[in-house]
Order: sequence, then C-alpha cells, then structure tokens
Amino acid sequence: MSWLDHRTGIETAVRNFLYEDIPASSGWHQVFGSIAVFLFLVQAFTGALLAFNYAPTPGDAYNSLRYILTEVTGGHLIRGLHHWGASMLIVVVVLHMTQVFLYGAYKKPREATWMVGVVLLLLTMAYGLTGYLLPWDNRAYWGTVVATQIASHIPLAGPYMSRLLGGEGAIGVVTFARFYGLHVLLLPPATALLIATHIYLVRKHGVAPTPGDEIKPSKKFYPRQAFTDTVAIFAAFVVLFTMAVAVRVPLERLADPTDTTYIPRPDWYFLFLFQTLKFFDGPLAIVGSVILPSLAVLALLLVPFVDRGQMMRVTRRTVAFGFVALALLGWTGLTVAAIATTPKPDTVAIDYGAPTDWIGLSPQEMAGIGYFRKENCASCHNLEGKPSVGPDLANVPIKKTAAWMIAHFKHPAAMVPGSSMPAIQLSDAQLNALAAFLLKLTPANAAALANAPDFAVQAGLLYQTKNCGGCHQVNGVGMKMGPPLNGVARRRTKTWVAQHFANPEALSPGSFMPPYQFSQREMDNLVAYLFTLPDLPGPPADR
Amino acid sequence: MVTDHPPAQADVTRRKFYIAMIYGLWSVVATALSIPAAIYLLIPPKLRKMPEWVEAGDVSNLEPRVPVEMVFRQNRVDGWKIQSEKTTAWVVKLAGSQVVAYGPQCTHLGCAYHWDDNANHFLCPCHTSVFAVDGAVLSGPAPRPLDRYETKVENGKLLLGPLRQSKEKA
Repeated sequence: MSWLDHRTGIETAVRNFLYEDIPASSGWHQVFGSIAVFLFLVQAFTGALLAFNYAPTPGDAYNSLRYILTEVTGGHLIRGLHHWGASMLIVVVVLHMTQVFLYGAYKKPREATWMVGVVLLLLTMAYGLTGYLLPWDNRAYWGTVVATQIASHIPLAGPYMSRLLGGEGAIGVVTFARFYGLHVLLLPPATALLIATHIYLVRKHGVAPTPGDEIKPSKKFYPRQAFTDTVAIFAAFVVLFTMAVAVRVPLERLADPTDTTYIPRPDWYFLFLFQTLKFFDGPLAIVGSVILPSLAVLALLLVPFVDRGQMMRVTRRTVAFGFVALALLGWTGLTVAAIATTPKPDTVAIDYGAPTDWIGLSPQEMAGIGYFRKENCASCHNLEGKPSVGPDLANVPIKKTAAWMIAHFKHPAAMVPGSSMPAIQLSDAQLNALAAFLLKLTPANAAALANAPDFAVQAGLLYQTKNCGGCHQVNGVGMKMGPPLNGVARRRTKTWVAQHFANPEALSPGSFMPPYQFSQREMDNLVAYLFTLPDLPGPPADR
Repeated sequence: MVTDHPPAQADVTRRKFYIAMIYGLWSVVATALSIPAAIYLLIPPKLRKMPEWVEAGDVSNLEPRVPVEMVFRQNRVDGWKIQSEKTTAWVVKLAGSQVVAYGPQCTHLGCAYHWDDNANHFLCPCHTSVFAVDGAVLSGPAPRPLDRYETKVENGKLLLGPLRQSKEKA
C-alpha cells in the first residue's frame, strides 16, 4: 500500500469502484448512462468557459455573446460545444431511459434509481429552458415570454411561479437574473448531487441482471466494460465536436419586444410540447400546457410500481416495445406537425455571430463590394489574408485617392507601370463605388467586409442603381430631400415599406417619390437591408 | 489447444489492449477540450480599434517644470464594450520647451501618484516611491521611471497617443 493510499485511501476507493462485479450480460446496451455523465461534465466545462466572457444582463448578454463569437479566438467552438452538447445530452438521457425501460431494469429493488433518473431528465430539460434565454436574441426573448406565461397559468401556484421566475409583468432584468441563477448556480449542484445519488443507487443494487445471468459467473467493470463505455463516449464526443465545428449556431437580432414579424419557436426537443398547446382552446389550454405534461411525468415516475412482474428477457417485453414505439410515433408526429406548420420567415436572416462591420458602410460602399465580387477582384486581391497575386488591398501603407484608383481601374499599366491587372469595364459611377469601398478597408475589417451577406450587397447595388441617395441618407451619406432611412425599422413595418415602394403617393400623400417596381427578391433584399441599418441617424457608427 | 498463445496469454493481450485504448481515447478527449480552452482563454481577442490621438488640454501656458494634472475623456475597448472613461495625465514642460505626459500610475504596483508641491517631486502614497520631475526614480521600490504617453502639440493643444512603458533604470 502506497504512502498516498495510506493517508487518503484514494487508491483503494478507485480500485473498489473499478473492480465492481457486473452481470455477465453487461455490454454495449449499457453505455448511455456513462455518456450522459460525460456530456454533463462537458457542459459544465464549456459553460464555465462561456461565463468567463459573459455578462448576464439583457443588453450586455447579447453584446458579450457577440464578442465571444466574433472576437474571442475559439469562441465559436466553445459555444458550439455547449449548444450542441445540450441537445445531445437530451438525446442521450432519453436513450438511457429507453434502454432501462425496454429491459425493465427499473423493477424491484431499483425503483428509487429510476425515479431519481426521471428527476434528472426534468433537470436536463430545465437547463434547456433556462439556457435558452441567455443569448438574449429574438429567439431567446420570445421563447422565454411563452415559457413564463405557461408557468403563470398553473392553477393556484401560477402567480407565485411567475413571481419566482421574475416573469411578472414583462421579461426583464429580474427574469434574466433568475434564469441565469437557476442555470449556473442552482441546477448544476442539484444535478451533480442527483447524479451521485443515482450512481450510488446503481452500485448499491448492482447493475440490473437479465434472466440467465444468475447461472453465469459475474464480470468485473474494469477493464472490459470501462473500455466499452470509453469507446461509446469517444464516439459521442467525435459527433459533438464535429457538430460544434461544422454546424454554425446563428445569433439572431437583439431581443426586440416590438418585432411583430418574428415567428417564435422553441428548441427542437420542446417542439412536441409546443404543438400540444395548439390542440386545446380557451379554458382547456391548461390541459395542454400543464395537466398533460404533469400526468406524463407522474406516469414515468410510477412505471416501476405499475410493471411489477418478474424480470423477463428483453426480447419478450413486447408491451414495453409497444409503449416506446407509441411514444416515438407520438413525439415524431407532433414534432413534424410543428415544423410543417411553421411559416417560412419572410425576411433574410442575418447571423450576428459573424462580424457585421458592413452595417456601418454607406450603400455606395456596399455596392462597391458588389462590383468587387462581380469583377472577381478577390482572385488576385484576397481580402482574407491569403496569399494572392496582386497587392494586399487591406494593408497598403499609403492609401491612394479615389481619383487615382479610378484612373488605375481604367488603365492599370498607365498608373502602375508593369501592372498585369486587366482594365475594369465599368461606368464611372460604378468605379466610384468600388473606390469608395476600397478606401474603407483596414486590416481589421477586410475579412469581415469581404464576407458581407449577399442580400445587403445586392440591396446596395440596387440602391446605387436607382440613385436612392439622391434623396435619402443612409449612415449619414446622401441627400436630405426625403427622410433619412436609418431608424425606418422603428418608424414603419416591413409591409408598409414594401407597399410604399410600389405606390408612395397612396401611403404618404404629397410624397414626390416615384413608384418602383421591384422583383420579390429585390424587394426582400432591400427591405431587409433597410431594416438592418443602425437606428441612430447622423454620422456612421464607425467603430 | 491449437493456438499460438495459451488462453491466459490471449487474455493478457486483450486486457492490455483494453487498458491502452481507455488511456488513449481519454487522452484524445482531454486534449481536444483543453487546447481549445487554452486558446479561448489565453489568446488576446481581436482588437477593434487602432489607437487614436486624444486631446488632453491646452499646454500653451504651462510653466516650466511645474507638472499639471490633466483630466480628459478617452475611448477604451473593454471586452465587448467601448468605454468612454475619464483618464488623467501628468503634463510637464521640461527643458527646451519639450512637453511630456506621464501615465497616472506608479510603475511599482499601479497606484495613483501625485505631485508634491513643497517637496518638488512625485510621490506615490502606496509604497512611497518618489519620482523626479523628469520621471526618474529618486527613491522607493519603483523599478523604472514614469511611463510616458506619445505626444504631439497642435495649435497649443496637447494630443496624446498610446502610453509607452519606460525602460528599466540602468
């Protein structure tokens, strides 16, 4: 016995844990519990990392998450791990329960183990609910409005629940503090404690045997089953990591209580509950929101007391398979119905998790990005720091004037002797826009501007072609004949703006703006672009 | 037995394989989590703004070798915010009408020092570091002279650039 073990007993404890006797039938079907514990630890780890760069108050929450996504190195990965880890945890917990259910492993004397497991499922869902608010984008805001409203409809306890969650009146700083407190302070230790209890109970009663195990010699957990669990955990981790890298989690617009065009939907694992709500009207609403879910939880808790027969081979548990198939069918049906009845949003979605430097540009400069793309300038002048044939336009030490650039575009070799750049065949106005864009480039914003979303670039091109700047201002650039367009999102609805383009006189009598016939695509792009502009009129928000 | 190894030997090999895989796979997971975490925490975030010149105040009427505390507002990138905050500089006209501006923090442990009119030196109240009017350390634990802002004077107005750390004293 080593010095350390003599003083702490740690080695003996680990050995006792690893050399636990398990039934001969143990194997691959029992890996889900271990994966769930692993995923919980990943959530705790990535959650702590996110908290190091996050401020849990409404406005700051959004800005700090944007900071994590657009400025902190590796921020996207950590957020992706946390986001997809949450979804995966739900999947794995449900798979774990399904396996236990199918095998009837909850039977005497393992009822308490099962019931603690049901509570752990509820806790996992509570993380999803409270974590949903934390990005404070439109999705988060409206999701939480619905959740707190449901809580307020619980008979008798409703008003108190609502007050506890800080959702009384309106969603605000108090709601935020409560949800954050639950998510990071209350739920994690509660989960850790229940997981410990759960594992203690599993150890106390032993892993559930199947019929036939009693005549075979038992095995040790280590190393065979530990190996099985490790491989399963590794596979789960590979899937999680791949999703975190490959599937981008968008950050939507900052929460806007006045946005009536937004279509709120919960995360995918709550869609079946969401769909259930639609089936009950008026005074019956509470059936879908409170009574049915409560009954379902109660039924789950009581499973071991209802099914009290002898242990059977899993292949003979047809009723259990029937229940699982029914549940799966019901869940899938509700979820598909929820997705099918969700209207396509009529707006172009902007990912605020990517840099949005382009929002501060003038429409002319946006059009410049369009010409830069049309003329394929990036094939020789890469803006993202990759090696390229022509000069790096973001890092030129001495900036040329617009006039010099336009002359150079027309006759490259005349301005730069020996230049192999082909002349650009564009009108003067177009070359002017291109030059205006190039003058805005800095090493810090080049990659972000090069990746400006296409709808905004198309809108800039349209704005430029129709010479909207002859009457209107955007980001402080343009004439003041008509109203400035920054802040139009606050003053008008999207429908109003779209109709106004078709017939200005009808909506603003006395307006001398000419009518414009745009294609649906052009209209969508232009309206989405105008509604993205920063609210403050005046000089461009030059960060 | 028609095997290359007796059963016991095969068991030992399999057992070794399991254990090697357990250690190996867990090491990969731990690495894949800890390296991104280290990058996330240790690599400085992208800077949003280039340093700019800030106007600190009027220096046309400065008396030679009499430091003046100038308070001005400056924008500072602070995580996800840009803070407009009050900043001070100790500004003094040295020999040859050269105007220098010292950063407001003692070079020892960052306390705010002040000019002592009677003693004619800068005194830090924390650990009693004393600096001369030209920023040199006279006594106390401070390891180097006072840090200076980059400066330029335009039309009698003092413009401050980034604060530069002074060289260690020889």
